[in-house]
Amino acid sequence: MAARRHTLKRRLAAMGAALSLILLAGCTLHQFPQSSLHPQSNYAQWVQDLLEQLTFWVVVIFVAVQGLLIFAVLRFRSRPGAPEPKPIHGNTALEIAWTIAPAIILTLVAVPTVLTIYRTQSPPPVGSLKVKVVGHQWWWEFQYPELGFTTASEMIVPVGRPVAVDIESADVMHSFWFPAMGGKRDAIPSRTNHLWFTPDSLGDFPGQCAELCGISHANMRMRLSVVTPTQFEAWVSGQRGPPMEPDSTSPAGEGKQTFAQSACVACHTIQGISAGVVGPNLTHFGSRHTIAGAMYESNPSNLGKWLENPPARKPGTLMLNLGLSPQQISNLVAYLQSLK
Amino acid sequence: MATTVAGVHAVPKSESGLWSWITTVDHKRIGVLYGVTAFVFFLIGGFEALLIRIQLARPENTFVGPDLYNQLFTMHGTTMIFLAVMPLSASFFNFMIPLMIGARDVAFPRLNAFSYWVFVTGGIFLNLSFFLGGAPNVGWFAYSNLTSSQYSPGHGVDFWAVGLQILGIASLAAAFNFIVTIINLRAPGMKLMRMPPFVWMTLVTSFLIILAFPVITVALVFLLFDRFVGTHFFVPSGGADPLLWQHLFWLFGHPEVYILILPAMGIVSEVLPTFSRKPLFGYPVVVYSGIFIGFMGWGVWSHHMFSVGLGPLADSFFALTTMLIAIPTGVKIFNWLATLWGGKIELKTAMLFALGFIALFTMGGLSGFMHASPPADLQQTDTYFVVAHIHYVLFGGAIMGVFAGIYYWFPKMTGKFLNETLGKIHFWATMISMNLTFFPMHFVGLLGMPRRVYTYPPNMGFDTMNLLSTIGALLLGASVLVFVVNFVNSIRNGKPAGSDPWGGGSLEWAIPSPPPSYNFATIPTVRSLDPLWHKEGREAALAANQVRGPIHMPPSSYWPAVSALGVTLLLSGMVFGWFVGIPGLILMLLGLYSWAFEPVT
Repeated sequence: MAARRHTLKRRLAAMGAALSLILLAGCTLHQFPQSSLHPQSNYAQWVQDLLEQLTFWVVVIFVAVQGLLIFAVLRFRSRPGAPEPKPIHGNTALEIAWTIAPAIILTLVAVPTVLTIYRTQSPPPVGSLKVKVVGHQWWWEFQYPELGFTTASEMIVPVGRPVAVDIESADVMHSFWFPAMGGKRDAIPSRTNHLWFTPDSLGDFPGQCAELCGISHANMRMRLSVVTPTQFEAWVSGQRGPPMEPDSTSPAGEGKQTFAQSACVACHTIQGISAGVVGPNLTHFGSRHTIAGAMYESNPSNLGKWLENPPARKPGTLMLNLGLSPQQISNLVAYLQSLK
Repeated sequence: MATTVAGVHAVPKSESGLWSWITTVDHKRIGVLYGVTAFVFFLIGGFEALLIRIQLARPENTFVGPDLYNQLFTMHGTTMIFLAVMPLSASFFNFMIPLMIGARDVAFPRLNAFSYWVFVTGGIFLNLSFFLGGAPNVGWFAYSNLTSSQYSPGHGVDFWAVGLQILGIASLAAAFNFIVTIINLRAPGMKLMRMPPFVWMTLVTSFLIILAFPVITVALVFLLFDRFVGTHFFVPSGGADPLLWQHLFWLFGHPEVYILILPAMGIVSEVLPTFSRKPLFGYPVVVYSGIFIGFMGWGVWSHHMFSVGLGPLADSFFALTTMLIAIPTGVKIFNWLATLWGGKIELKTAMLFALGFIALFTMGGLSGFMHASPPADLQQTDTYFVVAHIHYVLFGGAIMGVFAGIYYWFPKMTGKFLNETLGKIHFWATMISMNLTFFPMHFVGLLGMPRRVYTYPPNMGFDTMNLLSTIGALLLGASVLVFVVNFVNSIRNGKPAGSDPWGGGSLEWAIPSPPPSYNFATIPTVRSLDPLWHKEGREAALAANQVRGPIHMPPSSYWPAVSALGVTLLLSGMVFGWFVGIPGLILMLLGLYSWAFEPVT
């Protein structure tokens, strides 16, 4: 009996996998970097396994119902001279049958559903990497409380180690979602939500806010880099250190002066210079690959355009147009990029 | 008001002219007003959808900006739900229910007129926001605390909240009216289990409305207090939990989904038997399933909230209740298929739309079944997968059902046929373009595109599928135009239809098309579910056209319209100021007072 059940389960799994393969023929994570169908963590894989079972039943029911519908319409289409149909009012046995059949299918789906709910919402394993995620209009903040630093828009974790994420919001509701890592979880003001996953492959994976949070909701992106443990250690020690000190006569040094003397300090933290918390922490800005909530690639040209007029580059952003001169902008760009 | 015909019987005649439309209390004319107004709103909502689709046709498009985009999808959803689908259903309730139960009008004809005028003025108020500082831009679900004064300082949210309160009054008044009408005004012999399925679904829908709308009313009162008085029902900095809004909203919102779909299920349950020449298979089970769906609709609201983190127990509970609803829904679909089975199917346009309903609604049901499972839902919620799902349910379901109803009952309403050739073009164009628009959304959602984004980057792989959806949407718009041409042309030049053009079984087919203002000269006695399909029943029903005595019909009145205008102005004073609110109050009190003391003729 057990062996038979085992084969049935395996057969079902095989069919599910085959169906999803058909669905995904030709789709790769390279083509669809934000795909939810290419799991890269245990959590995403559990969801995928469940989805395959669901998809199997959906396809079976779809084919059965649409097939019956089309067959009935073709077979019983009115033909000249056909007799009047018998006025059948119902058939109790049939009706009981098609009440029970869906109930059985639903039970077959409900059991793995509940198991997966409890499995995905179990407490994170001991030794997980703790990351606190805070949603802001319209960027993500990542705090590594045990490691003692804060960064933004880019979350970096080592492969193979469970990551326990605490999710909060600084203003309105957001939703934290890296599809490759699994399902989303809302960032709700006044609450802390939890999620954990163990990334199982290296790479960069895009994510973005999934809950309408205002005018630049579409621009509230983020990036997850899954790196080797060694790379992670190197990155952590860089993040924990003080920011790079530029030569005071270089453009970067001039930029530091500009930063320290302008309104920048009201909103941004650079360790040792300022303590603003409205905008992203910039202490190691130069180590990031993106700017403006992972909206643009980080390069001097994009950064210059951003500083020139932030609201024009990202609708609604709280970062003001400070009316910086081109010289100030190029100095700031040099400074910010030097903050490795 | 009554005039004398043939010197013996006092039989009311119908009137014409603009004033007669404003003062009418005839359920049929109010039904027409509802239908035409709702269809205009349907076109507006569709136009908004086209602007959305054009913006998303290619990545990083700049056709509309982010703020206008958020206004467009908020108003598209709000308009389609509250100003198009619900009142289109109300149009059928109004026109058909008294005819189907053998009544001369609804129980409260003036209240009926009041409902309509509140609806139309409320709808206009809501849409005025586009020209008065910006429409609501927080989504039709308006999640807290984005709606707080701090994060939505403009008047958009006020327009939305006040507008929904106004529309709620219209829906509640109409729902009470139809409950009383269906319970009390059925023809002799029409037991509950002899009511046509559409009447049953109207009854269930009306109960859902009177139970669900108070919930959103309370939530909106809280929201309005937060915004106007500075309370903190939903403001986290004041110690509130913004999730309260989501619970209240979906406790209303999920029954609302059934408010939208059950009438369409009722229409389909009328159309399928007529064009299969067979009674509805398992009528009692279809009715009980509808009641069960309406009842269970109250126990599933948190399946809209799987991503908020309610914990595994709550997630499991709401997953199971949601899956349970699939059973009565599946039963209905199988009963419809069995109705077709062994029948003599005539593929008139009405029937095509009913069949299209089954095909598309099944797809919407199946995608719904996929996100009934919370772990899967966490990847799907707030993505285009759910956009695909709701449009298969609400366009493929509700709108296809409404079109089936229009093609089915248009001959009864006007005495003329809609053109069948144009109808079939309309149907096939709708089927093809509907699937072209919404089917790719399943995939673009699973591949990671969130909802409610005004743009997307070019390197995500979303481009082709979005372009397909946009092309589909434009074709869908064109297919609606085919219908409009058909409709306008058929009103003028349609082929005359007799009293019973399709060989239907229920009472409305016993009387002339269009029906006289009093519907039934003599109230018929009913002995079965489909009286016109039985010899004695048919004779009894046809006897209903013989005038046997004076017929008292309610006189027309302009006080319902005056009261309705007063209500809308009073409430819109919350946005516009006291100089609108006070006159509104006076107008409302004057209207209600005069209404109450209006002499009976």
